[in-house]
Parts: sequence; C-alpha cells; structure tokens
Amino acid sequence: MHASTLLPDQRLRLERVTKRFSAHTAVDAVSLDLAEGEFFCLLGPSGCGKSTLLRMVAGFETPDSGTIRLGETDLTALPPHRRPVNMMFQSYALFPHMSVAANLAYGLKGLGLSRAQVAGRVKDLLRLVRLEGFEARRPDKLSGGQRQRVALARALAREPHLLLLDEPLGALDRALREETQGELRAIQQRLGTSFVVVTHDAEEAMALADRIGVMERGRLVQVGPARALYERPANRYVAGLLGDVNLIDGRLGRAEPGGIRSVETAFGLLRASGEGEAGNAVVIAIRPERLVVRGEGAMEGLSGLLTEATFLGDRIRYRVEMANGTSLRASAALPTPGPIPTVGETVTLGVPAEGAWILPA
Amino acid sequence: MSLFARSALTLALAFLYAPILVLVAYSFNDSKLVTVWGGFSTRWYGVLFRDGPLIAAALVSLKVAVLSASIAGVLGTLAALALDRHGRFWGRGAYTGLLYAPMVMPEVITGLSLLLLFVGIGLDRGIATLVIAHATFATGFVAVVVGARLKGLDRSLEEAAADLGAGPARVFFGITLPLIAPAVAAGFLLAFTLSLDDLVIASFVSGPGATTLPMRIYSQVRLGVNPEINAASTLLIAAVGVVVLGASWLTGRKGAIA
Repeated sequence: MHASTLLPDQRLRLERVTKRFSAHTAVDAVSLDLAEGEFFCLLGPSGCGKSTLLRMVAGFETPDSGTIRLGETDLTALPPHRRPVNMMFQSYALFPHMSVAANLAYGLKGLGLSRAQVAGRVKDLLRLVRLEGFEARRPDKLSGGQRQRVALARALAREPHLLLLDEPLGALDRALREETQGELRAIQQRLGTSFVVVTHDAEEAMALADRIGVMERGRLVQVGPARALYERPANRYVAGLLGDVNLIDGRLGRAEPGGIRSVETAFGLLRASGEGEAGNAVVIAIRPERLVVRGEGAMEGLSGLLTEATFLGDRIRYRVEMANGTSLRASAALPTPGPIPTVGETVTLGVPAEGAWILPA
Repeated sequence: MSLFARSALTLALAFLYAPILVLVAYSFNDSKLVTVWGGFSTRWYGVLFRDGPLIAAALVSLKVAVLSASIAGVLGTLAALALDRHGRFWGRGAYTGLLYAPMVMPEVITGLSLLLLFVGIGLDRGIATLVIAHATFATGFVAVVVGARLKGLDRSLEEAAADLGAGPARVFFGITLPLIAPAVAAGFLLAFTLSLDDLVIASFVSGPGATTLPMRIYSQVRLGVNPEINAASTLLIAAVGVVVLGASWLTGRKGAIA
C-alpha cells in the first residue's frame, strides 16, 4: 500500500510496547498505528501511562519490550537526539539563558544549514506562531501564551514527521486554551505533520483529535474518533471519561430486530443498543442529553420526581429521582419545544433505545 | 517592618559586626597603641605594604586559594552531577556521606590526618600540600552549592535539548553548564574564601617557605597586636567581603549567562 505513495511512509507504529517501573506496569502492551498526518490524542487521568508512552516515543524512556517504528525505521534503541521526532514539553522547557530566536535556532544546528537559511527558518517559525518582533526576548519576558507558542515553534523547527505534545495547553487559562486549540489544529493541518497529544482533558481531546486513544492503567482500552468513543464507549471507564453518563445495571434479555435488546433493570424492562449473550450482567450507559424529560403522561417512559432543574444558558440540566431512590441525570438543549417541567413535579423519562448503549458489566 | 523587628535586626547586626567595625576603625589609628585612639592616619597601611614577609604570605595565600578553589570547583561540580544525575547507583549514600564528611569534620582532625598522609607518602610540605588540603575540604562545599542548583534545574531543559538533536556534550556545555554556572562560580568563591582564611589545617600541612597570611598574622599577634595587623585584617575582610558579595550576586540572578 505504501509502496505506491511518493513520500516515504513515516507513520508511527507501536507494537506491544511495555514499560515497568519496578513492580508497577506503567505501559502495558500498547499497540497503535497512526495514519499519515493524523492528529491523535492520548487521553487518560494522571498516572494512566500516557506520558510514559509519549516519553518512550521521544526516547527518554526505554521500553522493556515491544517496538516503536516510524515508517521503516526502528526507533526503539535510538537515543532522543537521533530520532526524527520532536516533543513539546508540558513545562515548555524553553532555554532561559537564550533569546526566543536562539531557542528556535537551537534545533537547526547540525542540519547543514547556512546562517542565512537558519535566520530565514527562524523568521518563518515566528510568523507561523504570530510572534514576529519577539526574536530578542528572553523567555521570562513572555506571557504564558507566548511561551507556549515559542515551545511549539521550537518543536517544529526541525520539520519532524511526528510531533509529540505533552499537555500542550495545560498551563493556559480557560479562555486562552480554547483559542489555542483552534490554532494548534490549524497549524497541524497546514503542515500535515502527525501530532500525538497527551491530555487528561476529554473536551480538549475531542476538540483537537482525529482519533482518541483512551488509556487506563497502562493499557490502551479504546481507540477511535471522538464521536464513536462518546456514543459507543467500550466500557464504563471510557463512558465516564468522555462526559457525564448514567449507568444502569441490568441483565441482558432477548434480541429484537435492528440490534435492539431488552434489558432487565431496577427500573423495569429497558430497550438498548448493543450485543451480548442473553442472561449476561450488563450496564446500560445513557448520556444525559439522550434522556427525554416531559410532563407526566406526555409519553411512554419511566416515571420519576424532578428534584433539580439547573439553567445553564444553552441547556438545562435535570435530576430525576426514580422510584427506587436512585437519581438519573438528564439535560435538554434550550430553547426546548414544549413547557419546561418544574421542580417537585412528577415527570416521565423517555429512554430511546438508540441512545442507551449496552456495556459489559 | 515593625519597630520591634527593626531594633532586633539592628541589635543582631551590631552583635555580628561591631567587633569587625572596631578593628577596621583602629586600622586607621595613628597611635602605636592598639587601644588608644591617636587620630586618623593611614600610616599602618604604609607599614603593611613595606612588610616583605607579610606581603609574601599574602601572595602564598592568594596562590593557594586560587589553585585549591579551582580544583574544588571542578571536583565538586563533577561530584554534584554524579550524585544528581545517576539515580540510585550502588554506594550512592556512602558516597554522599563521604563527600560531605570533611565539612563537619573538626579541622584539627582533617589537618592531622592530612599531615600523617603527606608524611607517609613522603610528599614535601609546601604550597602543593596546602592546595591539596584546601581542595579536599572545599570540594564538599562546592558540591552542596552546585547540587542545590541542579536539584532546582528543570530536567526537561536537557531533554528538550537532546530532543532538538543535541548530543550529550552539546547538552552539557550548551545547556547544563550555563544554567549551573552561577552556582559553580559561587562554589568557587566559597572555596576561595575558605582557603583564604583557613589557619588550622594550614598550620598542619604547610612547610617552610609556605606561610599563609592567617598563619603570619597569628604568629605576629602572639608577639603582641599592633595596628599593622589591623590594617592587614581590614584588607583581608575587604577581599572576602567582595568575594562573598560576588558569590551571592551570582547565585541570586537566574541563568543570565548566555
């Protein structure tokens, strides 16, 4: 397949990469194939092994087993300074004793470029991150956002085939973060470089990535586009990581046409999407926005008491207490068609089968 | 600052520096008697600069201080790097203890043991033995100062340099060394002053023709204090003061060396 393309294949391939720190397995047999020019996010809470995996690709940690390849090159045993891969550090790691221009030019040494070529390249990089005129500044005379952009430009200076970014937006405040997400995405698309971003922020991962890889205790548990992970999580961990979710325990019943199954739950028989053997213990995952809240008797569904209705501008969030004492969370986009039920009212919860996903218990 | 804090600070500073100020003041005393004020004069500085043996002793001290501080600077920096960078190697704890022990060892013991060593290996006592002895006990101080700086150094700076294609040598000389340079310089200056004012160890390990300034001053004081010694001491204080101020200025500013 890649013999037919003109450019040499430079895709990252991880094969059963494992890293142990004494008794603790930080990264457990992770295999992953990146597409050309892909924006990939490794998502997980701190300590899930995502940073260790990134550091192994950069060369700062050596895997105990497994291989890391970039195209045909085996990177596994190469020291960091010989890898055609660059990294943007969480702390930015700008050299404090050098100007912005010297920081950007640092990686250009040894590439056989003339002084004029280096100067031109530095100028291009400054234009790329909109920092023209900041050449002579020291890093400590820059704002957080400017430092972040210098770090990005410096990591791109050597035109790597693959750029690794460790929590690239972690140190920025909220407003700046959203703006920078767009910029990061735009730069990635303009350059066509593959990006691998490590983040603990699901919203950020969804905003940035073509595909997300969710890590849990060293293992890569699910890989896919944001929407697939959000709507079809592989397990309750992924479901909870990507957003708010109602989890309802149950037992799988018979199959209906169209991939719909009935599931016996504490709330009675529910219909949900998914597969499995009848009689198995399962969990139904329902995103709050999939639950429909209406006045009592307005439709078929579960009956419950509305205990909370929080106005959030573009949507309203409900909490509905069910007959067995547990609560379900629902939300509706505003403005809603029809009247908004009031707190204390008995409401009917509609559970559409295509919005209820069956997960292994 | 409250009145209490201000007066407490004033008293503390007075306690520390009053003796030194008295000494400095009396170095400008015209009288031959140390304790009687006879008017302002710089005559004792003139006497001092015509005192051949004292000048010779000062030159010996300076030479020993520069050489031993240089050796201690290099060895201490290397030791700090080894302790900070090579994780938990076998014997790390023992090595750390051995490095820092000379700092708390009574100087009499250090001096005596060095003397026994030099006699044992048949090394003639003189400037060389002074340099070795001073480098020995100053290395630990340099290692402490440089080690503190290394601990505060963001490791990702070195990783970033390696990531940008720099081999280990370029990382060390281009990133690590410039960033710890203020601490290395401060360690050097600390070692320099330690050597300059050492009397005890020098008394053990120096030989004929290698009398340091503190040794010379001490031997003269035994025959009676005269204002010339005050003048010599004032100059010594000035030299040490300049060096210490330089060291704290170096450690205070952050990586400003390009």
